[in-house]
Amino acid sequence: MDMKFKGMKPSRRSFLTGAAAAGAGSVAATVAKGQTAPDPAITELQDWQVYLGDGVDAAPYGMPSRHERHVVRRTVDWLTADNISSINFTPLHELDGIITPNGVCFERHHSGAAEIDPAEHRLMINGLVDRELVFTMEDLMRFPRENHVYFLECAANTGMEWAGAQLNGCQFTHGMIHNVMYTGIPLKLLLAEAGIKTNAKWILPEGADAAAMTRSIPMEKALDDCLVAFKMNGEALRTEQGYPVRLVVPGWEGNMWVKWLRRIEVGDKPWHHREETSKYTDLLENGEARRFTWEMDAKSVITNPSPQAPLTHGPGYTVLTGVAWSGRGTIPRVDVTLDGGKSWHQARMSGPSLSKSMHRFYFEFEWDGKPLLLQSRAHDSTGYVQPTKDQLREWRGENSIYHNNGIQTWYVNENGEAENVEIS
Amino acid sequence: MSKFPNQLALVAVAATSVIALSVGLSERAAHNAEIAAATAQAEADAMAVQTAEAETAEAEAVVTEQVTAEVAEAEMVEEVAEDTVAEAETAAPETVTAEATADTGDTFEGGSSTPALFVGAAWAESHESPMIGELDGISFDLGREALDEEVAAWDIDIRPDGAGLPAGSGDVWTGEEAYIENCAQCHGDFGEGRARWPVLAGGWDTLEHEDPVKTPGSYWPYLSTVWDYVHRAMPYGQAQSLTDDEVYAITAYILYLNNLVDDDFELSQDNFTEVSLPNEDGFFMDDRAEGEIPAFSEEPCMENCKDSVEITMRASVLDVTPEDEQAEATEAAAETTEETATQEAAAEDETTAVAAVDPALVEEGEGVFRKCRACHQVGEGARNGVGPHLNGVLGRTIGGIDGFRYSGVFQEAAEAGEVWGPENLGEYLADPRGAMPGTNMSFAGLRSEEEIAAITAYLSTFEAQ
Repeated sequence: MDMKFKGMKPSRRSFLTGAAAAGAGSVAATVAKGQTAPDPAITELQDWQVYLGDGVDAAPYGMPSRHERHVVRRTVDWLTADNISSINFTPLHELDGIITPNGVCFERHHSGAAEIDPAEHRLMINGLVDRELVFTMEDLMRFPRENHVYFLECAANTGMEWAGAQLNGCQFTHGMIHNVMYTGIPLKLLLAEAGIKTNAKWILPEGADAAAMTRSIPMEKALDDCLVAFKMNGEALRTEQGYPVRLVVPGWEGNMWVKWLRRIEVGDKPWHHREETSKYTDLLENGEARRFTWEMDAKSVITNPSPQAPLTHGPGYTVLTGVAWSGRGTIPRVDVTLDGGKSWHQARMSGPSLSKSMHRFYFEFEWDGKPLLLQSRAHDSTGYVQPTKDQLREWRGENSIYHNNGIQTWYVNENGEAENVEIS
Repeated sequence: MSKFPNQLALVAVAATSVIALSVGLSERAAHNAEIAAATAQAEADAMAVQTAEAETAEAEAVVTEQVTAEVAEAEMVEEVAEDTVAEAETAAPETVTAEATADTGDTFEGGSSTPALFVGAAWAESHESPMIGELDGISFDLGREALDEEVAAWDIDIRPDGAGLPAGSGDVWTGEEAYIENCAQCHGDFGEGRARWPVLAGGWDTLEHEDPVKTPGSYWPYLSTVWDYVHRAMPYGQAQSLTDDEVYAITAYILYLNNLVDDDFELSQDNFTEVSLPNEDGFFMDDRAEGEIPAFSEEPCMENCKDSVEITMRASVLDVTPEDEQAEATEAAAETTEETATQEAAAEDETTAVAAVDPALVEEGEGVFRKCRACHQVGEGARNGVGPHLNGVLGRTIGGIDGFRYSGVFQEAAEAGEVWGPENLGEYLADPRGAMPGTNMSFAGLRSEEEIAAITAYLSTFEAQ
């Protein structure tokens, strides 16, 4: 239940096993340029060229190719006391574009993923309102809805890296994030339906799970862009993402996006519940802690190459890519360095640039086969520039767990293997 | 272009009950407005008039005018629109619908064009979809009023000022008893936290250290947080099973464990807000905007930014990254081969029993097992958690998992060579503390024979690994 962020005793595993294993699951090495013998992939008939494939309905709900079985969420066992109140990580190094497929969106539960019968689900609005209301799912489906793409990042994403480079893989260092299109009702419509009183300043969304998760959210945000969402990427929310309905709090830390949303209380003061006092407060070096650090600062990470996605092709042209996001707007620019920050290049942005959504960047270059020190640096639409980890530590020390948006460094050696490092 | 182009959509949407009316008119109005190069705002106002129009004869006249007239009249229309919208709001929706349909008979054409209203004009100009605009005072008439009993059942939260606290009380000694029974399993007898479960006591003066220990005594700002969280989410896996008095008592005990009260202390709704926690003033509001954000908003260096770069830290030194799962599984299999061999003989009898198990009963048992899985794992890769894993539990020596910290009564059973079978397991599940006095398992017991039969059938399907 408690997330520990200091290192455990080393396992017996040797350096870069992870990378080797990841490589084994990926596409076969490219055929050498000077090849003289004909390629059997071309000259020999493959089974799939000869025999019939599955008919329709072989998989009424389709799954990815079996050759993609390695593209899964993974957890880090030593982080938490058990796997029910725990976290796993999105395989960022296997994804492209900006949308996270539903099945690999990271999970964070505090008392497991509640399995709720939508027919038995209710959403209540109570407290400082003119009319305390109860909605069924059917009622909710009759409100006007909107569609928005937003990232959801756990405040603890990269939290294990405060004291130094610890985990080898962007899945583990940066995978507490996903980015999907939500379909939902603007929260302000539901609040207007209940009629908020003039002294109403805060809301307390609450989950129907066994943790009955609660967070205090200021009314200004509730009336701004929050959604009560029931679809993600066009289909019903996944059980582990709050089916049948969750709160969407764009740009703000994931813990506030209450899943399995059953109640919204309206009040005049914050509640100071567990997830906004003992957790999700940022302890600084002087022993004092910031509270209500809701917005997610601009951040980026290179997803390829990275420790789980080494360069396997040798010297020559290659595609560097990664993702960037900001809780305060869009990402108009990402800089990339190949030499540990001596010189920087502007990456090429590609795909929709949406506020509070992930952005995709690319930087194509010719690798000379020499070691690389890769970093990416996001600029958001407010002019904020992603800081280095040392800059962050100057302000916050190493104990704040949450909101680590420092620049990530990957060291790529001559063999193309990548490692999580920190540099001067 | 209006700042809120979609307001037009909203006003129309808001009066959902008169959508039928607005359908025919809206297309013409939209067309008209286009020709006249009307502003979106004028259009919205016109729509508002149309949707509300069913209510008043005056409004009807205005609409007729508007549909054929030009933007020049928009201002006048705006004024009328406000009035008529207000009137529409107060009307009973059923009435409005009825009138709307009656009034519009001829102009209603198909009824499928309303969605055009939902698409703001800004759509084509921006990647961002427009937000639905303001809807002050407009009701969709959806949902129903919550009953007092319903609100009372769900509204269990409390605040630092004591708001929401129910009547009740509990003292330290009662709290210790309830704590040992319900909490100590994970949090330790003295709040020291077993395994990686949260530490609940101590940690004083560690907040500036390398490894701060955050407990109610050292870090949490408010006692209400303790009470609220224990009440809503604890014990883990049996949430909301404690009485209010038990929650008061456990909260009092946690204060005692943190040296904040004496052992004769009793906590109640009357003295609750008199207790303050030591670190209440240790928090301050997010101040990134005053310091960090300006500091991090400067144009960064792009060329010749540093002379040399050294690697100062490497993740491979610490080496805590999870291994590839397949490799892990192979490794684990190799480790347990020996263990499995010794258990196989014992499990054999049960294996034959598995074949005869009723699948429906197994499925039912899977549901019942939800009550257990906070502490016990089964299936592939099951490991010991708060409780031992239960693969192959039937036929296994009681207290027989090496390396698991059993209570005394289980250790004695292990030494005596006792083995789990359907009968003694059933007795234990019906009344854990009665059957095995001193057990660490904080579970009240299964209510019915059916549940016990179902879970026994379910557990019998998991062989020792």
